[in-house]
Amino acid sequence: MRTDLSINGEHFSLEADPRTTLLDALRHHLHLTGTKKGCDHGQCGACTVLVNGRRINSCLTLACMHDGDAITTIEGLGVPGQLSPLQEAFVEFDGYQCGYCTPGQICSATAMLDEVKAGWPSHVTEDVNDMPKLTEAEIAERMSGNLCRCACYPNIVDAIMDVAEGGHK
Amino acid sequence: MKAFDYVRAPSPAEARAAARGAGAAFIAGGTNLLDLMKLEVMAPATLVDINRLDMKTIETTDEAGMAIGALVTNSDLAVDPTIREHYPVLTKAIVAGASGQLRNKATTGGNLLQRTRCPYFYDTSQPCNKREPGTGCGAIGGFTRMHAILGGSDHCIATHPSDMAVALMALGADVEIEGESGMRRVPLDEFYRLPGDTPHIETVLEPGDLITRVILPPSPGGRQTYRKVRDRASYAFALVSVAAVVVMDGDVIDEVALSFGGLAPKPWRDFAVEDVLTAKPVTPDLFDEAADVLLANAAGAGENDFKIPLVRRTLAAALADVTGGF
Ligand SMILES: Cc1cc2nc3c(=O)[nH]c(=O)nc-3n(C[C@H](O)[C@H](O)[C@H](O)COP(=O)(O)OP(=O)(O)OC[C@H]3O[C@@H](n4cnc5c(N)ncnc54)[C@H](O)[C@@H]3O)c2cc1C
Ligand code: SF4
Ligand code: FES
Ligand code: FES
Repeated sequence: MRTDLSINGEHFSLEADPRTTLLDALRHHLHLTGTKKGCDHGQCGACTVLVNGRRINSCLTLACMHDGDAITTIEGLGVPGQLSPLQEAFVEFDGYQCGYCTPGQICSATAMLDEVKAGWPSHVTEDVNDMPKLTEAEIAERMSGNLCRCACYPNIVDAIMDVAEGGHK
Repeated sequence: MKAFDYVRAPSPAEARAAARGAGAAFIAGGTNLLDLMKLEVMAPATLVDINRLDMKTIETTDEAGMAIGALVTNSDLAVDPTIREHYPVLTKAIVAGASGQLRNKATTGGNLLQRTRCPYFYDTSQPCNKREPGTGCGAIGGFTRMHAILGGSDHCIATHPSDMAVALMALGADVEIEGESGMRRVPLDEFYRLPGDTPHIETVLEPGDLITRVILPPSPGGRQTYRKVRDRASYAFALVSVAAVVVMDGDVIDEVALSFGGLAPKPWRDFAVEDVLTAKPVTPDLFDEAADVLLANAAGAGENDFKIPLVRRTLAAALADVTGGF
């Protein structure tokens, strides 16, 4: 079945079995292997990409459900020499060891910072009607959908906090 | 994953027509259905994609309540300004569930219909009356940490995993369904069916029935909270949870609505518990009395026995939160 996707600003026409998840379409059909498969069941966040600006798990959605959608993967956020602020901050703060979860962490954090700017509350926000303040507890809660088997959580939080405070522009 | 025919439904009527056939299923966010299809716990022959249907708005109703489209994502519902201000228990319950990524995809209708997380249901090599009627229940006599202490049967003791539905139950929501004979509205409490000897039948939905909206009555006001206890601080299903809505008159409870997650095959509401609390001044004994009524028929299956004292304490903590006492 044919699906038209915009990926990192480029148009792709995908011809694939309807069973193909967005994750497998990216990795196996379009050879964008930056997006990683960890659990394939929505439990780890390694496959996080942005669809129309929102973060989702690409393993739990079918490519054919996204006809006409705009998808951003880690490759679309920045490239060597032109890193995004979060990509730079992850390097500076050592926000990884093996790096397997990192594309998902960075895609997730990119959208998460927009959610905070839009005033979205989280489970740890004191009053759901207040503008949230990005504390360490807020970052940890909002990033809980991204597991890191190397447990680089403290440095991941530092990297995100740095960008939130305007450290990397 | 088993092969299926993929149909993108252009209208509710065509969606229903396509889904009436044997083995057809709607797909909304897909976060539960695809998980189960990968494991071949569910294997629809036809997948009817309803994502292009016009069911994505949140509107005020003529009765001064709210009508939530079945395709409104959990994120959009949780952040809606009117919901946050007037139904904060719903926002709190939603953001206590799953992860940011999942909530962006999960829909209102799909969340209500998500299947149990019973590990035997997920494992096709195990007996499970819900997955395969008549094969027996692997959980009874097995691992039961996540299982029900209320409302189960000899055939199934699975719990309903939704957080959102627990808040909707406390708020007295209705489910609007478009079916063969037109539109109907079913109170959420009557929407879910207890397992009895047919645990594979979970709701009153008939084949082809489409959930179109969830309707909230006018805001109850008062103080509202959602308290969830789980095995890790985030991104885990509830062991027990309590949604509480209380209107106080001085130190007397004027109105109260309570609903519980993690305890039963459906979000659990017991009006007798609310009757015990209504028009009484707040005391620790009162909270205990309410828990006694809630737990009168509770029975653990071994590993989940801890839920009995746990929900007693969680209820007391939630009530303390919203009443300002003890
Ligand atoms: C790792 C993980 C952790 C999670 N943690 C939590 C948690 O802590 N708390 C929680 O509450 N949930 C949790 N969830 C579950 C999540 O909330 C559900 O998967 C989600 O709400 C399902 O919505 P959906 O739109 O993706 O449903 P789908 O997967 O699209 O559909 C689910 C079912 O509903 C049916 N359906 C969908 N829409 C309609 C409609 N309009 N009319 C009729 N039938 C319909 C489908 O046919 C299907 O049977 C978790 C999920 C994962 C994967
Ligand atoms: S508790 Fe219900 S879902 Fe779990 S194995 Fe028993 S019958 Fe299946
Ligand atoms: S691979 Fe998608 S969440 Fe783990
Ligand atoms: S850096 Fe290894 S999993 Fe996160």
